[in-house]
Amino acid sequence: MFFKLTPTTGQPLYLQLMQQIRHGAETGALHDGDQLPGIRTLAEELVVSPNTVAKAYSELEHEGLLELRQGSGAFVCVKRRTRSLADQVQVARHRIRDLIERLREDGLLDEEIRRAFEAELLYPAEIVTRR
Amino acid sequence: MTNEAVILTQALTKSYGHAEAVRGLSLSVGRNRITAFLGRNGAGKSTTIKMLLGMIRPTAGSGTVLGKQIANTGENREVRQRVAYVAEDKPLYGYMTVEQTIRFFSSFYPDWRRDVERKLLHDYELPLQRKVKMLSKGMRTKLALLLAFARRPDLLILDEPSEGLDPVGIEYLLQVLVALSADGVSIFFSSHQIAEVERVADHVCILEKGRLLVDASLDQLRQFYRRIDLVFPFSPPEGEFRISGVERIQTSGHQMSVFASRNAEAVIERARDLNVVSVEIAPVGLRDIFLETVKEN
Repeated sequence: MFFKLTPTTGQPLYLQLMQQIRHGAETGALHDGDQLPGIRTLAEELVVSPNTVAKAYSELEHEGLLELRQGSGAFVCVKRRTRSLADQVQVARHRIRDLIERLREDGLLDEEIRRAFEAELLYPAEIVTRR
Repeated sequence: MTNEAVILTQALTKSYGHAEAVRGLSLSVGRNRITAFLGRNGAGKSTTIKMLLGMIRPTAGSGTVLGKQIANTGENREVRQRVAYVAEDKPLYGYMTVEQTIRFFSSFYPDWRRDVERKLLHDYELPLQRKVKMLSKGMRTKLALLLAFARRPDLLILDEPSEGLDPVGIEYLLQVLVALSADGVSIFFSSHQIAEVERVADHVCILEKGRLLVDASLDQLRQFYRRIDLVFPFSPPEGEFRISGVERIQTSGHQMSVFASRNAEAVIERARDLNVVSVEIAPVGLRDIFLETVKEN
């Protein structure tokens, strides 16, 4: 599994890492029982603070997507919940596609739609992540 | 406890005659973290670091490093065994070879890490038999870093560690910082290299004219700093947007650009109440945060 963290986007690195691991599990790039690199190894590979990796791993453990075993690392547990999340993403894609089609019919340019999406996404993101 | 401070200062001040190099600095650097110390040349970074190490005396205020008073000579000596420091100007003995220098320094530290020494000698391609005075600036930096890293300190203080290093050298440096951090070493480093800070630091402090202007985790900065570009059907009233968290407002005709350290939602709310036509929100990178902060003051 390859990870790519972008320091300049308005999102904490640990959240980016969490999303990429989650995405890996949803798309099947990561399987149940797969082992992820240790905190130190991954931190050195990505050249980020070990605290970033530690935070992402511990939050994912909290979510039930990772199991941290003392001394032997982090293991992926893909349960049914993750699958259903993948289905949800599929459904969401269709809804977004429909919405974009309608907005185009209303005469909005793609550039304007993109901006509106970005504005809305950045806005509630801070409320959601503050929970 | 993981969140106790390895460096703690209270209203730390250093004046030279009438000039105040550091003004009422209250700093708290967390254990097991990588903390970056940013500021322009002459902002007071090196002066602060020298006070922390007991190399110069504060004019006022106080501070502790690893729980020991910085102004107390006895406590300070004790702390120096556990703190490694790499200065801007690397004071090394020019007449010694690289190998002699390493043997000389390692003899003072019982916890000397032979593995770190070997790895860095290899990564940095340091010529063992060359005299220190014949080393390039970059090589001297690498040697000084090796000496600090192999000591197994509790706290590592670095003043512009990437100075004189090429991009490959900087990459090795960052990797070692990450590895040391994973070993539980707390790191405090000053730097001009914003891109490197943005990658490895957990926390950032920005100093300008001797005062601390930003003291936040990078997660906080990424989450809350926003630039909001607004377009109104009329010339917008700036006063409406001077709320807490708004650091800077620029207007030009019907356009307004707001730089906010938090509260971006409130700014957008207000804009909507004023029938805003277009809203663009963009995250702000550390480079822009630094420039805006320094400009504003």
